[in-house]
Amino acid sequence: MMKSTLKRVMPQIIILALVLAANVLVFPGFFHIEFQHGRLFGNLIDVLNRGAPTALLATGMTLVIATRGIDLSVGAVMAIAGAVAASAVTGGAHWTLALLMALAAGAACGLWNGLLVAIFRIQPIVATLVLMVAGRGIAQLLTEGAILTFNDPGLIRLGAGTIAAVPTPIWLWIAVACLTGFVIRRTALGLLIEAVGVNETSSRLAGINSRVLLWAVYLVSGLCAALAGVIVAADIKGADANNAGLWMELDAILAVVIGGNSLLGGRFSITASLLGALIIQGVNALILLSGMPVEFNLVIKALIIIAILVIQSPRVRHSLYLLRASTGPVLRDRPARTAPRTRQEEGQS
Amino acid sequence: MSQSTKLPLYITLATFVLAFVLCAAQYPAMASTRVVANLLTDNAFLGITAVGMTFVILSGGIDLSVGSVIAFTGVFLAVILRDTSIHPLVAFALVLLITTGFGAAMGGIIHYLEMPPFIVTLAGMFLMRGLAYVLSTESVPITHEFYDWLQSLYWKAPGGGRFRITGALMLLTYVAAMIVLHRTRFGQNVYAIGGSAQTAQLMGVPRARTTIGIYAVSGGLAGLAGIVYTLYTSAGYSLATVGVELDAIAAVVIGGTLLSGGSGFVAGTFFGILIMGLIQTYIVFDGTLSSWWTKIVIGGLLFAFIMLQKGLGWATTARIRLLTASDARS
Repeated sequence: MMKSTLKRVMPQIIILALVLAANVLVFPGFFHIEFQHGRLFGNLIDVLNRGAPTALLATGMTLVIATRGIDLSVGAVMAIAGAVAASAVTGGAHWTLALLMALAAGAACGLWNGLLVAIFRIQPIVATLVLMVAGRGIAQLLTEGAILTFNDPGLIRLGAGTIAAVPTPIWLWIAVACLTGFVIRRTALGLLIEAVGVNETSSRLAGINSRVLLWAVYLVSGLCAALAGVIVAADIKGADANNAGLWMELDAILAVVIGGNSLLGGRFSITASLLGALIIQGVNALILLSGMPVEFNLVIKALIIIAILVIQSPRVRHSLYLLRASTGPVLRDRPARTAPRTRQEEGQS
Repeated sequence: MSQSTKLPLYITLATFVLAFVLCAAQYPAMASTRVVANLLTDNAFLGITAVGMTFVILSGGIDLSVGSVIAFTGVFLAVILRDTSIHPLVAFALVLLITTGFGAAMGGIIHYLEMPPFIVTLAGMFLMRGLAYVLSTESVPITHEFYDWLQSLYWKAPGGGRFRITGALMLLTYVAAMIVLHRTRFGQNVYAIGGSAQTAQLMGVPRARTTIGIYAVSGGLAGLAGIVYTLYTSAGYSLATVGVELDAIAAVVIGGTLLSGGSGFVAGTFFGILIMGLIQTYIVFDGTLSSWWTKIVIGGLLFAFIMLQKGLGWATTARIRLLTASDARS
């Protein structure tokens, strides 16, 4: 079990190691971590901390994508959750109540997406597009178009505080990922989600309640997005309905794809998606630390992403496999046509 | 059958007419040629983008890069007209060549590497936006007598409305797209691939050529939209037109095209654009409504049209089932 997981995430670990090594090349003190004012400081801590929203979104997004879906609304849900939390604490509510209200808003958004996908059978990309477009408008309605600032120390601690010298967002995303991973992998739920993603009709015929499962994954995605939204709002001590979580859905989907999960559903690995989120954040840190002109950030990011995607594309991976099979000493006589396809590729074809 | 594929188009048309009549009843000035002319001018670049998006969505794909391509085109034109002395027309040709080639390259990656269009065009969106930043992070004004001349071309309708050349260009694009989609082999191939890529291939549709062509059309039209946008704003700015791809997708869906591909009309997209423009015009006329209502209303409209398509889909399957049942009996 442990060994197969390690084998599955090996490409991501190698890519992450390369990105971190490149970081050390351009900035030798990259791994240096020091303890100051009761908090750990260092570039590595920063990558983990700044990567929190993407990692949280990627956790929920992995499950959604495993069912052959996609959730475009997470960025807008982040804005809504931030706006709800901010307006609750400015209205005098305790920060725990504000957090609960934000999570409830996220859950409501997730249930709405789930309703459209699971019951009305609308394509996920269209169903979540509705909330992506309307959600930011709703968030602006809540904040009345302004940036709603707050001073509640409890809520701010969620984004900018520390627990045992480690920034709170790091604890939060690791906790959520562990909890989700535990529930998914220690029960049959993960297997059922994969079954729905591979072939929904046959999984339903096999007795899986695909509707409830679909609904549940969008609910989880909404909750993760709400938590990410609260963290982002707490970090800047204000809810910015226009910019909070803007284009975060794309980063989250990218994290899942870099994690080697197929957009066509099926087998998934949350660990790999989290590594994908860290890779994205590592690339961001690399571009910042290398001191290159800021204008080049997006071009470099795009080129790195394209390179990672091309390496991982089914066609390239399959030809690499054939190449290895045709040059390997044992398999030389075996025609490439009958080479067994890996389960991964079966899921994608 | 043809009735049910055209029904969303008619409903979009009816929605637009009804909305326009309601708006005009509340604010009679809305029916003036000025408002109509502005509706065309203000939405010209979005309209042209949406034509390309219609091609892509009809084929079952999606193109997220168009907003960035428009921004890149604007910055490219502004910088090249500032730093060199080449004629704008040459610059237009050059930028159209780049954007069409860019679209074709994305189509090639999508087809030959079997990667999902969503991810490929997402990377393309980052790349084009990044290239726009590299060219200039500041807004670059465009001052050229040819631009002034183009902007001074308009037909003044009775009532004071100015129908500008960009609006005419948009209408021309729609007519051209209709001819291509319904009267050429390429257009039929687009529908065929959208209906079922596998069936299309078995029928001998050249999938590689068509896929590359579709994304080239989308990239090229986004470039054309970028040119129109520079005529509209007289500047190139790398942060401009963020999120235009969403507006274009929304217009296509409101226009009755199925996001799963294979069914829809460019004419529907045209009325989708007009409906979205009308909402914005209404908010301006009203004056008390805030701009975020635009997003909420467009979201609501999206939902309504998606549900409508679902309902029609169910009705069609029910009718086919009924027909096959009666065939079996007779």
